[in-house]
Amino acid sequence: MKAMAASAARRSGGHYREKQVLVRVIWTVLIGAFALTMIVPFLWMISASMKRPLDVMKLPIDWIPDYWYPQNYMKVWNVGGVAARDYHFGLAYFNSLKIAFINLSGSVLTSTLAGYAFAKIKFRGATGIFFLYLATMMIPSQVTLIPKFILFNEIGISGTHLTLILPGLITVTGTFLMRQYFMQVPDELRESGYVDGASELRIWAQIMVPIAAPGMASLAMVVFLWNWNNYLDPLVFLTNWRLYTIPIALTNFIEESVTEYNLVMAASASALLPVFIVFLAGQKFFVKGLMAGAVKG
Amino acid sequence: MQRTISSGKRGISRQLKTDLTGYAFIAPNVLGFTLFTLVPMIISLIISFTDWDYTQGFGNWTFNGGANYVEMWADKWFVDSLVNTIVFAVGVVPVTIFLALVLAVVIDKFCYAKLPIRLAMFMPYISNVVAVAIVWVMMYSPWGPFTQMVKMLGVENPPQWLGDHHWALPAIMLMTVWSGVGYAMMIYTSSITALPRDIYEAADIDGAGELTKFFKITIPFLSPTTFFLVITTFISSFQVFAPIQIMTRGGPGTATHVLVYYIYTTAFTFYRMGYAASMSWILFIILFMITLVQWRGQKKWVSY
Repeated sequence: MKAMAASAARRSGGHYREKQVLVRVIWTVLIGAFALTMIVPFLWMISASMKRPLDVMKLPIDWIPDYWYPQNYMKVWNVGGVAARDYHFGLAYFNSLKIAFINLSGSVLTSTLAGYAFAKIKFRGATGIFFLYLATMMIPSQVTLIPKFILFNEIGISGTHLTLILPGLITVTGTFLMRQYFMQVPDELRESGYVDGASELRIWAQIMVPIAAPGMASLAMVVFLWNWNNYLDPLVFLTNWRLYTIPIALTNFIEESVTEYNLVMAASASALLPVFIVFLAGQKFFVKGLMAGAVKG
Repeated sequence: MQRTISSGKRGISRQLKTDLTGYAFIAPNVLGFTLFTLVPMIISLIISFTDWDYTQGFGNWTFNGGANYVEMWADKWFVDSLVNTIVFAVGVVPVTIFLALVLAVVIDKFCYAKLPIRLAMFMPYISNVVAVAIVWVMMYSPWGPFTQMVKMLGVENPPQWLGDHHWALPAIMLMTVWSGVGYAMMIYTSSITALPRDIYEAADIDGAGELTKFFKITIPFLSPTTFFLVITTFISSFQVFAPIQIMTRGGPGTATHVLVYYIYTTAFTFYRMGYAASMSWILFIILFMITLVQWRGQKKWVSY
């Protein structure tokens, strides 16, 4: 009915289209208001992170502070000598970035190698091994957490960054994702490499990796996100504050400065920033990767 | 040159060469997988049948023949945790998915500025769960925006959300829906763009209204996506941990005590590794059953 009305309206140039525009405007305002409500926690966080300690609790809420207090960030980051003490937030930031980038590089490399082999090289046992991989994707990470804790203790690396890096260098999800990606690449490309007498490794490096670059970018972003936000593993494995990652440093922060909510909010805002930057820079790849790797691992 | 020869010995050696190349490619991956997934899984299964207290040292355990798996059902903390986890998942999953579906459809059909709206809704999902949980603790505090908003709606004495026995779990569930809805909405959005337009046009000609189209076309066509989201959201809801650990530590009482939180404290506060491992396998069995049931049930409601 509407389509007919629409075509009739188009023919007569009537006001159906105006009505349609009005409907769209109303929906945009409604949904826009909902979206705004959803980012209220972020807005409040930023607002509180710019306030003086007692202003945070003032009612009614001043969404735009009367008195700006960016010193909170200087205190959290211990710059400019305004902080009463050093929260070592910069160190945690560095640790988190370090681990995220090592694991990102490692898991993209191992996933791209293995994903290519599972998709294209007809070696015996490929199906069996891949099936085993898929089967373990169902196992929740809590199952392996306890044995990993014991294993790290027994081999003497407990408390170090290796406890986060060694298991983080491979991901089953990433292998799965890259295999799917390579399955779509036509075999002819590989065969043209054979004709030129190239080795499998050269074909992988010179033909396949460039083709798989978008898939690798998606995977890299998702791995970055997982590592940056990983909470349970560092909580269990790390004991020394010098090695804390951002999530652990944050929890420590609230335990140590419970009353200074403005500082806590400045620290939280600082923790969220890198992911927002990464996300906005490559949201197309990011969403694709997240869809493929809905179950972490 | 070698490829044209397909006779006996050469053929076998070529297969062997292919095998070795394949193994070399997957070697780093398989090594990591074996060390940090496969072996830990086996160890976990073994110690789940022991009464091992980690403070007694490695190997100092006795097998108790599955007593852990029996004992837990008489353990009030375990039963409460399981019930809370089920309540949490059963509440979070449908609300998240239904809200996401409606938002995805409405934004796709009726909205200007689609991208900024979607990005705003997606932001909570990618945010650091610790930072988010901390912000929500403040949101729920007496001077926080959430409490102020509830007061504005006319409630004179809003509860101490996270400190209230009845409200603590729903409060964390609300936060979880908030953080997950953007992800589900994004997944729906990518499926909506693949929907066949001609069916909607046919429905238009038949005079179908928007609601009819939503229920008769959109929902059935998106059922594979819904199926995928139901499974993944269920699995992640069952594994909820960080918000509990940061916002309530399972309290007040056992009001927000969930399964993974109990596994965590049993293993790393009380070092009862055997008992904790057995509970983690129960968690696996539950997740496996949920997936299996959904998988079987999908034939009835998922149309491809």
